[in-house]
Amino acid sequence: MLIVNSVEKSYKTGGLFSKKTQKILKGVSFDCQRGESLGIIGESGSGKSTLGRLIVGIEKPEAGTVLFEQKNIADRSVRLGNISAVFQDYKSSINPFYTVEKAIMETLILQNKSRKEMQAKMDQLLIQVGLDTSYKTNYPHELSGGEVQRVCIARAIAAEPKCILFDEAISSLDVSVQTQVLDLLKELKQIYNISYIFITHDIQAAAYICDRVIIFRDGQIEETADVHQLRHVRSAYAKKLLGAIIPF
Amino acid sequence: MRIFMNLCKDKLAIASLVFIAVLITAGLFAPVFAPHNPEEVNMSLRYAGPSWEYILGNDHLGRCILSRIIYGIRPSVLWVFAALFISVLIGSILGFLAGYFRGKNDAFIMKLCDVLLSFPGYVMALALVGLLGVGLENILIAFILIKWAWFARVIRTSVMQYAELDYIKFAKASGISHGKIIWKHIVPVTFSDIAVISSSSMGTMILQISGFSFLGLGVQAPQAEWGMMLNEAREVMFTRPELMLAPGLAIVLVVMALNFLSDSLQVALDPRLLNSNKGNQVMAPVSKIKIQEKEVPN
Repeated sequence: MLIVNSVEKSYKTGGLFSKKTQKILKGVSFDCQRGESLGIIGESGSGKSTLGRLIVGIEKPEAGTVLFEQKNIADRSVRLGNISAVFQDYKSSINPFYTVEKAIMETLILQNKSRKEMQAKMDQLLIQVGLDTSYKTNYPHELSGGEVQRVCIARAIAAEPKCILFDEAISSLDVSVQTQVLDLLKELKQIYNISYIFITHDIQAAAYICDRVIIFRDGQIEETADVHQLRHVRSAYAKKLLGAIIPF
Repeated sequence: MRIFMNLCKDKLAIASLVFIAVLITAGLFAPVFAPHNPEEVNMSLRYAGPSWEYILGNDHLGRCILSRIIYGIRPSVLWVFAALFISVLIGSILGFLAGYFRGKNDAFIMKLCDVLLSFPGYVMALALVGLLGVGLENILIAFILIKWAWFARVIRTSVMQYAELDYIKFAKASGISHGKIIWKHIVPVTFSDIAVISSSSMGTMILQISGFSFLGLGVQAPQAEWGMMLNEAREVMFTRPELMLAPGLAIVLVVMALNFLSDSLQVALDPRLLNSNKGNQVMAPVSKIKIQEKEVPN
């Protein structure tokens, strides 16, 4: 469904007339099937967030392509209603001038439903993510981090996309809330049959929710492993990364 | 509607709004409101104090000061406001383009601004008036051509701090169009910055117009204009200081009303600054960097 084909990306490091660049992604290829949840694990600075931005089409790769159902994802109309994202920083992930209702409406409106249906769907979404429907009139600054992240998830699934990118989406939450959100995501995945692309540095969270994990290092894929085979990874880096955490 | 309701709670905002509305109406229908002809010379009433017929008294030619103030609203407030609006508009459009799309657009627009800002403003205005001819319109045109660069620069900075936030990234990822993102997400949050810089440069602009009028390049002599009235009063500053009061206070009041209004608007627009009824929230500043209210270089 989503095919990433040897993408490359570099950033300019100098000024206007400088030719100096720093390569962030060095030919990354992978694919993600419908209903699959794919984890991308890497240290900070490995280029995984840049990869995330390419996947959702916010930035264009210099070489290679990102295709969604055989169409280029950089085209806005391909993304519309098909792709969604949840980002890390819960403080800035909702427009501070928007109520919860207005924020969710932003993507809900893409479905061309009648007003009544939208209201019903809104209530259903809020209940699905474990929030009371009375939250509709609240502003994001009145919510806690976990609540905001739930609203973001509701907003992401509102348009019933086929693929959602989570860029460190749970990393800024505390551990008990993290598991709640992960369980919620698992549930939602069963209801809507969405693919998840999970960018994180947290292997445990990735192992909890993902079917397949890509270990990412210095702009390259180090190794791809099935979650059940995580303990059998071959590359030295992956072993080291896994060894750094509590054994499974 | 919500914004208006919030604004209504603020008495100062309402007072400023009413004041500005009254001023604009008075300026637009000056012949109806003015009790006398502003250019009617009456030497027998020279420097006359306030009376029932001439409420604010008479100036050095015996002209009715109140009428001159009312007639002066048009050049001093309305035209300045129009010029300010146009230059802020140009500045915002370019600032938004530069700050939102970045890259080559940004580099080009900012270099253009740098070039424009590196000319001394007054000299540029003088040169333009020299080219276009004497008159208020030409000064206003010169102002528009010079000032947009400064607005573009400030607005770009303001846009840039929001353009990378996660809710913008989310909107982009979901395939929402750039126009919609700018209009729905960036314009509201940057509006307070724009309002503050515009209202603070309004005062300088009124005074600059009067400066040009003083040089004989702007409003021509018999016509009433606040800055010109100040200049006329300046000649008798030590013998008749009260003549400075009316035009001086008029300028101060307009600028003050605009500043109060822009402040209240900022509060009314931002839900974080309102006391929500769901408990006391910590008040957070609207923007991370507060734009310094420095004078427009000109």
